[in-house]
Amino acid sequence: MSVSPVVLLELKAINLSFGSSQVLNQLSLEVREGEIYSLIGPNGAGKSSVINIINGIYQPQSGQIIFAGQVLHNYKAKDAPYLGIARTFQNLALFKQMSVLDNVLTGRVLKSHHSLLGALLSLPSTRKDDDLQRLKAEEILKLLNLQEYRDQLVSSLSYGLQKRVELARALAAEPKFLLLDEPMAGMNHSEKQNIAKFIQTINQQLGITIFMIEHDLAVVMDISDHIVVLDYGKKIAEGTPQQIQEHPEVLSAYLGTQALEAH
Amino acid sequence: MSFFLEVLLGGTLAGVMYSLVAIGFVLIYRASGVFNFAQGSLVLFSALTFVNLTERGIPFVVAFIVTLFVIFVLVLLIDALILKHLINRSVITLFMATLGLSYVIEGLAQTVWGTQVHGLDLGISDAPINFFGIMLSKFDLFATGIAGTLVIILSLLFSKTRFGISLRAVADDPLAAQSVGIRLNHIWILVWTVAGFVALVAGLLWGARLGVQFSLSLVVLKALPVLIIGGFTSIAGAILAGLIVGATEKLAEIYLGGIIGSGIENWFPYVLAILFLLVYPTGLFGQKQVTRV
Amino acid sequence: MFLFSQARQYVEQYQDEKRIFRLKEHRILFIFGLLIAFLFVPFVGPDYLFNAILVPFLVLALAGLGLNILTGYTGQLSLGAAAFMAVGAFATYNLELRIPQLPLLVSIFLGGIIAALAGIVVGLPSLRIKGFYLIVSTLAAQFFVPWLFTQYGWFTNNNASGVITAPRMEILGYSINSPVGHYLLTLSTVVVLTVLARNLINSQYGRNFRAVRDMETAAITIGIPVSQTKLLAFAISSFYLGIAGALWAFAYLGTIEADGLDLNRSFQILFIIIIGGLGSLTGSFLGAAFIVLLPILLSVLGQAVFGQAIDQALLQNLQKIIFGGLIIYFLIKEPEGLSRLLRNLYHRLRKWPLRY
Repeated sequence: MSVSPVVLLELKAINLSFGSSQVLNQLSLEVREGEIYSLIGPNGAGKSSVINIINGIYQPQSGQIIFAGQVLHNYKAKDAPYLGIARTFQNLALFKQMSVLDNVLTGRVLKSHHSLLGALLSLPSTRKDDDLQRLKAEEILKLLNLQEYRDQLVSSLSYGLQKRVELARALAAEPKFLLLDEPMAGMNHSEKQNIAKFIQTINQQLGITIFMIEHDLAVVMDISDHIVVLDYGKKIAEGTPQQIQEHPEVLSAYLGTQALEAH
Repeated sequence: MSFFLEVLLGGTLAGVMYSLVAIGFVLIYRASGVFNFAQGSLVLFSALTFVNLTERGIPFVVAFIVTLFVIFVLVLLIDALILKHLINRSVITLFMATLGLSYVIEGLAQTVWGTQVHGLDLGISDAPINFFGIMLSKFDLFATGIAGTLVIILSLLFSKTRFGISLRAVADDPLAAQSVGIRLNHIWILVWTVAGFVALVAGLLWGARLGVQFSLSLVVLKALPVLIIGGFTSIAGAILAGLIVGATEKLAEIYLGGIIGSGIENWFPYVLAILFLLVYPTGLFGQKQVTRV
Repeated sequence: MFLFSQARQYVEQYQDEKRIFRLKEHRILFIFGLLIAFLFVPFVGPDYLFNAILVPFLVLALAGLGLNILTGYTGQLSLGAAAFMAVGAFATYNLELRIPQLPLLVSIFLGGIIAALAGIVVGLPSLRIKGFYLIVSTLAAQFFVPWLFTQYGWFTNNNASGVITAPRMEILGYSINSPVGHYLLTLSTVVVLTVLARNLINSQYGRNFRAVRDMETAAITIGIPVSQTKLLAFAISSFYLGIAGALWAFAYLGTIEADGLDLNRSFQILFIIIIGGLGSLTGSFLGAAFIVLLPILLSVLGQAVFGQAIDQALLQNLQKIIFGGLIIYFLIKEPEGLSRLLRNLYHRLRKWPLRY
């Protein structure tokens, strides 16, 4: 999917602090519709906090969040799915005691039409909706090559597969905007290639805008349309992969100034 | 006015007894993150053992030491059969395990020692002392003294001894504590034994007051509101909360009870605890849990 | 032991996947069992079977089902199950007493509704209070409810002794006051409610329950209304417990009193679902069967071993030790309880003498 000039998400001068430690400092950024937008930076730079703000889990002390042209007031985590924002978690937040299919099906909660009476009495309308949701869930499983695991308990799957299930669950809500918090952490090379391919598929086939935090720079450079570099809660550079690779401040943040001088 | 003061002070002192039991909970919670429902049954068990020994003519001090030893053996068994196997399980699972354990200990105590009520005489009567025009129970004052001494001993234990520091390390981060060589198991056994000692002291005091009988183990139920109000991790909190619960319970019984009926003290502490939680989700002195996503 | 072959039985429709018994043979067996329970047993069973075994088993299973919905499926630990049973029992009694025109079944149903409302009230703190601390709310209920019913004579119709005999029961003009009548009433109620529970668990609501149990933060993120889900769990759980309480009073004890519905009963129901298997419908039945049959077994054993009837108190304490020990055992070894154990056993049996 090509990148449109429409700005889907805008963060304006976000300040976030916990107690006396300032995590994000006057952070502003713009994500365009349809792009794969990556946030990189050294550990502790505050990247996860950015996702938590976009997702409503943290509330910034000051600054604005503008999504799809609307300023978000009183924005809490429970509002995010209604806006079409979905996310995955760095340390996995799957429903451990449910199967792969059930995890994905649970993600359909906002799309399914259910009533208490219909559920209790197993009315035909409820059953029809159930079948529809099941169909949609199967489509997602197919997209991410998870069909053979559909009935397995997620806790019995490998780490890489679990991450894929979490991705599937996020997709189940048919989001507009997908936040990925280190989707490739802890994976080996081929698993990373797989996930990278899936992310691109999601972006291109389903038209979902992606906001990604990732440490593997090679992958980031490979699939991103736009990259922002964060250090100590401040944006120190942004641009296309090409531009970032040559940016001196980025190099010094990652490798240290001595390396820069040697460069 | 003096009646109010009498009720207030009387309740507060009675609350000291709750604090004693609560301290045992705090110890175990700090070391292993478990709310040990079996603490109440330990109170019963220790009191029963002690009383059966003294009734057979064994002198006070010897009986005390023997009971402590029996408790220690019991703790070893608990650790080997239960605690070791439940290391990484959820808080609720551990709680339910201690629930099962409390049934086992109660059943065991009463199978071995029988179910009759035993009187326990500590030599201190419940006679009232006149304190500036207010009548206070001699026994309650004595209990307060004991509790105070216990707290001082425990505080010294935690801050000055190696065991105490290891305990705090374990409470903070079990994994890190293990990585510096602290043997988790040993700490747990020691903590449970200390908790057992506290249970014995509490058992003796409660037993002297109520008689040593099955209902002693129900004392644990009152400890829960005390812990919730004080925070599960603080001994100071347990003491303060015990006093609060004791005082408000008596006050509610006298003043509210006249309006809506007697027997309020059964549920009032719980409602108080709920209200407290709504304002202080982690209790007065509890530690705030920060979850990082 | 290849009792039967399950060849050629594929699941083609999603709805078929959700059935309790996927294999035709199992379904036939189950229907057969139900037929026996409804049509055969009432005619041949001795009164003792109904009064002391089947009815309490069914009522406790229903109570276990109710508690399972809250604790097993939604992960909200409750120590107040018996309190809701008491609410249901007293509500039904007062409805029967003061509005005699109401048919019995409607009174029982409304008794459940009132219990559900009480459940919502008790569940409200769960919106602010998380995890373990929540037990203080259900414990408060467990101590408050019996106090309320003993304190205010209105609930017991100002009965001096505090023990009320259940009024005569009849449905559509037929008296059901016999042991068989009690049994059939209880059986039909439990069967219907179990089907409803199964439907609920398999629906989006059931998934919402489990999501809240497994990972609340993620549940919020995908759009599950967590507060509503928790309150719904409390409401439905209490509804089931209320009906169980009404049946406990009317169909089992024959008296309405708060005495037997105390903290110990709450623990007993908790034990039922732990032993039977948390988050398992069949588990509630297995656990209830266990709890009802074990004391009988013990007393029979005791008589056989010691020659005469054992001291009641000793029996009770032995039971305590066994139950407590079993709880610990199941929590350590098999958190999914008897239901998983028996399922494994059954599968091994069917494949025997093959191993895999």
